[in-house]
Amino acid sequence: MKLDQAARAIFLTELVSGFFLAMRYFFKPKATLNYPFEKGPLSPRFRGEHALRRYPNGEERCIACKLCEAICPAQAITIEAGPRRNDGTRRTTRYDIDMVKCIYCGFCQEACPVDAIVEGPNFEFATETREELYYDKEKLLANGDRWEREIARSIALDAPYR
Amino acid sequence: MNWQDTLIQVLIILGQSLALLVALLIFIAFILLADRKIWAAVQLRRGPNVVGPFGLFQSFADLLKFVLKEPTIPSGSNKAIFLLAPLVTCVLALAAWAVVPIAQGWVIADLNVGVLYIFAISSLGVYGIIMGGWASNSKYPFLAALRSAAQMVSYEVSIGFVIITVLMCAGSLNLSEIVEAQNGRFGFLGWYWLPLLPMFVIFFVSALAETNRPPFDLVEAESELVAGFMTEYGSTPYLLFMLGEYVAIMTMCAMGTILFLGGWLSPIPFAPFTWVPGLVWFVIKLCFMFFLFAMAKAMVPRYRYDQLMRLGWKVFLPISLVAVVVVAGVLHFTGTAPQ
Repeated sequence: MKLDQAARAIFLTELVSGFFLAMRYFFKPKATLNYPFEKGPLSPRFRGEHALRRYPNGEERCIACKLCEAICPAQAITIEAGPRRNDGTRRTTRYDIDMVKCIYCGFCQEACPVDAIVEGPNFEFATETREELYYDKEKLLANGDRWEREIARSIALDAPYR
Repeated sequence: MNWQDTLIQVLIILGQSLALLVALLIFIAFILLADRKIWAAVQLRRGPNVVGPFGLFQSFADLLKFVLKEPTIPSGSNKAIFLLAPLVTCVLALAAWAVVPIAQGWVIADLNVGVLYIFAISSLGVYGIIMGGWASNSKYPFLAALRSAAQMVSYEVSIGFVIITVLMCAGSLNLSEIVEAQNGRFGFLGWYWLPLLPMFVIFFVSALAETNRPPFDLVEAESELVAGFMTEYGSTPYLLFMLGEYVAIMTMCAMGTILFLGGWLSPIPFAPFTWVPGLVWFVIKLCFMFFLFAMAKAMVPRYRYDQLMRLGWKVFLPISLVAVVVVAGVLHFTGTAPQ
């Protein structure tokens, strides 16, 4: 063992300098957010909980084209379409998303020609039972009504890049 | 002495023990939280901060959780020993506090061989771990128990020699008298940590190893041994193991405080400071020692097993042996040895 190495070992210089380094970190501002009370920023492209949107006049956007159902890689979406209406459009009678199957890839909102199904900014939808995560049309529309403002803002912010 | 006096005396000791244990356990609940908080702070985290103000009641929540969980006993285990092991660990760790003077005259049993008693009891602590590791009838606990036995035995040797140097300076095995021997005109400069500084460092590091604290927590090295000897434990038995571990840590802190930091003495030996009750100084020093323990956990990486053995047998043992000779020589030839 070299002399300087031995001296450092005997006087514990590394331990002492390590202690002071640790003390410097001790008083630094914390890196963690105080989560339920503080939240981090979200990108407008954030893909969270799904929502079915409506037009401003209250009519459902979804036209039952089933593109989202077709593209969904996890096959989490199930759609049944109703008969064609007098104005020539169709609407869904059933629109289910199995949120447990969903991989949150965002293909459904990419595929949607009318911006009906979107993934909103909400990621805090944990439930106590699995059944609560089988979303039906009613739940998705309710989500749309609840998150419309945030969703519209995200779409507007992201529009220049599309 | 008739039987009534004996009964009264037993009751008094019982009451004192209960008071000490309750105070100690509550203190340890907050020490546990402090440990986690310090560790978190060094890693730029916040640590537990949800239960109660600043997370102060986290330990009590944990206690409730452990107690309410269902204890599982592996079918292949030796049930009696499996359940006895955590009890042994915890009871032995708590028993050591019988001789710890927390202030002048505040000691349950003022033994003349207090140091030996603590030393013996803390050595017995290894039985809890070995029993737990063996009775689990599982590979990882068994390996961890073997490691822990070797580790605790090796470091007890050097801790023993460190204590001998202190005993030679103090001239007594009674913990209260060791503290009194450090009472001098120079306050904290006269305590044994300064003249015996290398011994203090060796004592501190050996105490880390003795209590299986990081960086010597090979006994529960989670990356190699899952959770060490506690792998098969859960619920209250696990709680007892954890409690025993932290009580042992506090015992070691108390030992360091008494042997090197002047126990309940005030660091500055004149009026306004000597009015502060000894208990306060003792607790402050205890917290200081524990802070060092916690910081060591936060900043030092875990030792490899052969490094641990090398440090114990090839570094600490020779140094402490030489130190015993040197201290004895100095005391003898300067004529400062206590009579």
